[in-house]
Amino acid sequence: MIIEVEGLRRTFRVSEKAGRFRRSHREVVAVQDVSFTVPEGETLGYVGPNGAGKSTTIKMLTGILVPTAGRVRVCGLDPSRQRKKLARRLGVVFGQRTQLWWDLPLLDSFELLRDIYRVGQTQYRERLDECTELLGLAEFLSTPVRQLSLGQRMRGEITAALLHDPRLLVLDEPTIGLDLESKARLRSFLAELNRTKGTTLLLTTHDLDDIEQLCRRLMVIDHGRVLADGELAGLRGSVAAERTLTVDLQEPADLSGIPGVTAIKADGPRVHLEFLPSEVSAAQLITAVAARAEIRDLAVGEASIEEVIRRLYDLRPAPQA
Amino acid sequence: MADTLRVYAGILHARWRIAMSYRTSFAFEITGQAIGQLTEVVVIALLFTRIRSMGGFDVTAVLLMYGFSAACFGLADTVVGQVEKLPQLIRSGELDAMLIRPLGLLPQLCLLDIQLRRLGRLLSGLLILGVAAHRAPIDWTWDRFLLVGLCTVTGAVIFSAIFVAACSISFWVVEGSELANAVTYGGTAFASYPLTIYDRILRRLMAYVLPGAFISYYPTVTLLGIRDPLGLPGWFGWLGPVVALLSCLVAGLIWRTAVRRYRGTGS
Ligand SMILES: Nc1ncnc2c1ncn2[C@@H]1O[C@H](COP(=O)(O)OP(=O)(O)OP(=O)(O)O)[C@@H](O)[C@H]1O
Ligand SMILES: [Mg+2]
Repeated sequence: MIIEVEGLRRTFRVSEKAGRFRRSHREVVAVQDVSFTVPEGETLGYVGPNGAGKSTTIKMLTGILVPTAGRVRVCGLDPSRQRKKLARRLGVVFGQRTQLWWDLPLLDSFELLRDIYRVGQTQYRERLDECTELLGLAEFLSTPVRQLSLGQRMRGEITAALLHDPRLLVLDEPTIGLDLESKARLRSFLAELNRTKGTTLLLTTHDLDDIEQLCRRLMVIDHGRVLADGELAGLRGSVAAERTLTVDLQEPADLSGIPGVTAIKADGPRVHLEFLPSEVSAAQLITAVAARAEIRDLAVGEASIEEVIRRLYDLRPAPQA
Repeated sequence: MADTLRVYAGILHARWRIAMSYRTSFAFEITGQAIGQLTEVVVIALLFTRIRSMGGFDVTAVLLMYGFSAACFGLADTVVGQVEKLPQLIRSGELDAMLIRPLGLLPQLCLLDIQLRRLGRLLSGLLILGVAAHRAPIDWTWDRFLLVGLCTVTGAVIFSAIFVAACSISFWVVEGSELANAVTYGGTAFASYPLTIYDRILRRLMAYVLPGAFISYYPTVTLLGIRDPLGLPGWFGWLGPVVALLSCLVAGLIWRTAVRRYRGTGS
């Protein structure tokens, strides 16, 4: 297991003005009772609404924050106590921060990082050439970081995080603010990285397309607690989300009364049927429809990931005040 | 260990290259810093055309104290001066980026953005110390040479410890930098003039709590072989290394505790 987390908790003491001179203190629970493990080579998406505790979790995994309670092991190390050792095995990208030097050309930042991580010259060249090609860095390698566009900078950040060839890459909102094309490029780069090198990916995002295209596994967190954790397909099943069957009929026909079907929408000769996979399989349903009318064409669709997550939120226990 | 030092040397080299690529402005900055420092010496010299002694010390002794203080401050400021940026780095989240690198936080803070223009103050400080020592009626035996060298280094270490300890407060209250500034700059002002001109409470504070007296006062007294108006024995100037070591231990402890308290920002 490359990540092992058990009973993780983090609180923040915040003070607020109460009256003219008095200040009142309050404990904000950012993360509570979070437990999970991640095997090598996994691609895990970590999602949840604003303030859910995603970044706080990541900061504890990377050794930036000390947990209030709980046990964390990343690459077999205790992040906050063995921070420097862990840093050599870990790549971290913050979408909202930079780990490059504003006033230096991108290439100088890379060279500084090469020295900091003590990357050998051959490995450095190899990694840099590879990233330069796949991410298209060549045209702005000698531009100072502060002059780069967000998308260009993000490609630089990813390269910076990969120069030392980490086993685990942690990304906090890597696609934030990027346009569609940049997002697509980044995703395919990361997918490729996972596929060819087996690098474990853990990423937070608000863009569910990232999850759909990049992550085998999804973890949903809200109010600091994990609501769901599992393979995307399994989660779809667990919230009993309907699938849809769309059929184009030769002639209009009455399709009502098929068991397992929860809604029917007719649109001329095209009919959309929503059905519960737990009660009727797609094959059974198609057979039932075919018995009533001649089918010209058909398509079976999944519940969208938004739908799945929305249902997960609906199922959550009401947060304690 | 040797490996780590090589990394730091590499970073220093990189920063030097950058400074050299803006050679002209670098030269101006260094000169500016040096001039600022030398002006203060002129003020002291002018003052002594009106007065004969300050806190029981003549111009030679006062300039020597000022020299020690300036050289030690210059050295400490060049090496650890960047810690005063801490509140800014915490607020902007840059500290998070430092914490994911395989180096200690303090060395990174000091080196990654090292301000080489601060060498200006270091050079002028060394110049003042050199001239003051040269003009002083000192019989230059080898142990006195040793004392000057030793005190410059230990004084810088003591200053650095004070800076680091004072700036640690930013981990508790981000707005703490004013207090930290008061301690560091107050400490510098203290170390620049004879301890005897301050009142008793301040004097005790400087002598025992913040060991500022070991930066310039005791070394000067010992070096000139003066009888200390405060009545402390002449060999006190030799205690610098011990005090420096203790300061480092205390400052290191405060710093470590503070870093574990780091909470970042909410966004
Ligand atoms: N340094 C801090 N001081 C006080 N409260 C904090 C701090 N850091 C985080 N929090 C609080 O902890 C909770 C979780 O924050 P966190 O940044 O982990 O959320 P997130 O899931 O990353 O949200 P987002 O999607 O907005 O980035 C929030 O209520 C936040 O206000
Ligand atoms: Mg966040």
